[in-house]
Amino acid sequence: MDTLIGIINYVVFFAITAGTYGILALGLNIQWGYTGLFNIGIAGFYALGAYATALVSGPPPSAWDGRIFGGFELPFLAGLLAAIVVCGIVAFLIGIPTLRLRSDYLAIATIGIAETIRLVLKNESWLTNGVWGLQQIPSPFYDPIHGGVKAFLGNHPDLPGWIHSLFSKAYNWFYLFLVLAILFVLYLIIERLVHSPWGRVLKAIREDEDAVAMSGKNTFSFKLQAFVLGAMIMGIGGGLYAYYARFISPSSFKPLYGTFLVWVMLILGGSGNNKGAILGSFVVWGIWAGTDFLTEYFPFSATQAASLRVIIIGVLLQVILLWRPQGLLQRERKPSKTL
Amino acid sequence: MDTLARIPQLLVYGVISGSILSLGGIGISLTYSILGFANFAHGDIMALGAYITLGVLTLLGGWGLTNTNFGPLSFGIGFILALVISMGLTAAAVVLIDRVLFKRLRRTGSIILMMSSIGVALGLRNILQFFWGPQPHYYVQGIQLATQIPALGIRVKPDQIFIVGTAVLLVILLHGFLQYTKIGKAMRATADNMDLSRVTGINTDRVILWTWVIGAALATAAGALAGVENKFITPELGWQMLLSIFASVVLGGLGNIYGAILGGMVIGISEEVSTAFVSTGYKPAIAFIIMILMLLVKPTGLLGKRR
Repeated sequence: MDTLIGIINYVVFFAITAGTYGILALGLNIQWGYTGLFNIGIAGFYALGAYATALVSGPPPSAWDGRIFGGFELPFLAGLLAAIVVCGIVAFLIGIPTLRLRSDYLAIATIGIAETIRLVLKNESWLTNGVWGLQQIPSPFYDPIHGGVKAFLGNHPDLPGWIHSLFSKAYNWFYLFLVLAILFVLYLIIERLVHSPWGRVLKAIREDEDAVAMSGKNTFSFKLQAFVLGAMIMGIGGGLYAYYARFISPSSFKPLYGTFLVWVMLILGGSGNNKGAILGSFVVWGIWAGTDFLTEYFPFSATQAASLRVIIIGVLLQVILLWRPQGLLQRERKPSKTL
Repeated sequence: MDTLARIPQLLVYGVISGSILSLGGIGISLTYSILGFANFAHGDIMALGAYITLGVLTLLGGWGLTNTNFGPLSFGIGFILALVISMGLTAAAVVLIDRVLFKRLRRTGSIILMMSSIGVALGLRNILQFFWGPQPHYYVQGIQLATQIPALGIRVKPDQIFIVGTAVLLVILLHGFLQYTKIGKAMRATADNMDLSRVTGINTDRVILWTWVIGAALATAAGALAGVENKFITPELGWQMLLSIFASVVLGGLGNIYGAILGGMVIGISEEVSTAFVSTGYKPAIAFIIMILMLLVKPTGLLGKRR
């Protein structure tokens, strides 16, 4: 019974992370899948969203904190809103000089902004506490849910032990529900958007930007909108991570690994297909988590095992690019339901 | 020390780091102009070259070739020999990667190649980390004292003169190769217009092969020389320099190798001089800001002509 409860708890934890990645993949899908914008600074926007949320919702600086700013203890939605706004502004600023140019420039610029964000988080202690990070970020509704369940179990000591251990992590169930609900709402919004006239312009830009410009559309403006929207969604992912982890530091956001995983998720699932983006997140996170178990059976050191996992994902990417570039789920052939 | 008094010394450091950035940038510029994609694996090819140099150096040591001081340098003839051999070996490894991956992806378009190169970048770095671990490795142990040049108010190590000298030598060789050899001219023609060169009978496959060989050989030199300057190498060596290298290539004009050299020098010097005013940790951010400013003013770069 204990193993079963352990598995249930692990699956809940697994799904929370995969769902958060699913939100990042949806954001990337707007940029890359629908508009063809090559963003490899995902980890930067993710970190930015997490820090914005933590500073807005977290506690004020304590006596031993290096920072002198932030900690407004605002509610859950205000934290997410801050993440959305900050990521949107940064994406807007980075989009202006690069979105008129070939996609290579955007790629280089996004990797640059991700690196710059990482350096700022690490060095600007007055704002971010430097390498010590931000602590005690309040998970939404933690006290009523966790406290309520605890009080209930305390009042009913006669219940069987497995019920006690099963419900001891009931808050994670709530958080999973929250993440999946947000993922689902975002999915519905994005589906609606990409099937609107606005979304059709994005898809047309992806296929042939010059032709769209010839038909009188301001392609730069549409690309900028798609880039900003995608970055805002990535910010939501970062905010949800901060609320769940309750502690964030610069080392939580490995510059390229997070970005790379999200890319493999989207390409494996099928870029240009929102269901594919979500499917890919769960599959690739499954492979990533699965290889964690796998490497325990080989005589490798911890760093070797970590390297091996990245190599496996790297090989997986090449295999998809070579043999199934369209991914598991193909994108829709018809540009519109009325055609 | 007074900020202004430090500037001459920082300029010297800038030229040294600029030489290394230039050598790295030439490869990125070559692959961009001939194969049409930004190769994100280039930084990790530098790291690969640095580690292969280390491996060859160890082998040579095992065969009795000692790496004791060569003149005033901190390393010996063994390192120089190892570097030359490693340039060839790394080039072979990179050509193999091209045959297995990039060649097959070439018809699908430049963005797919770019994405694949990110996978190659992470793969290479983690292969190095798997075999050598994340800890630093050294070509030689011990430290070298800097020589004072009081007239200019600067200090320079013999090793640093070796780094700049090697970079200048390699750039002169490359210039001669591109200007005067048949394959060099074919490379320039292919960079200009791949289809037209093919029509005129240029063997573009051979041009692509040479592109990788030259890019990888210079990347190896950049990686190993960075190891000499930093005194150690880690698997992250190339990745840590990649942003600065891309910034120098964009600054000089993406696809223009002389632009890459100029850009490398400008970025190298700016990064070092910036340390007089802001935290050293912000060096890559300085390079990034210069790049963004360049893109706003003239996206084709200092020496670029066409888009």
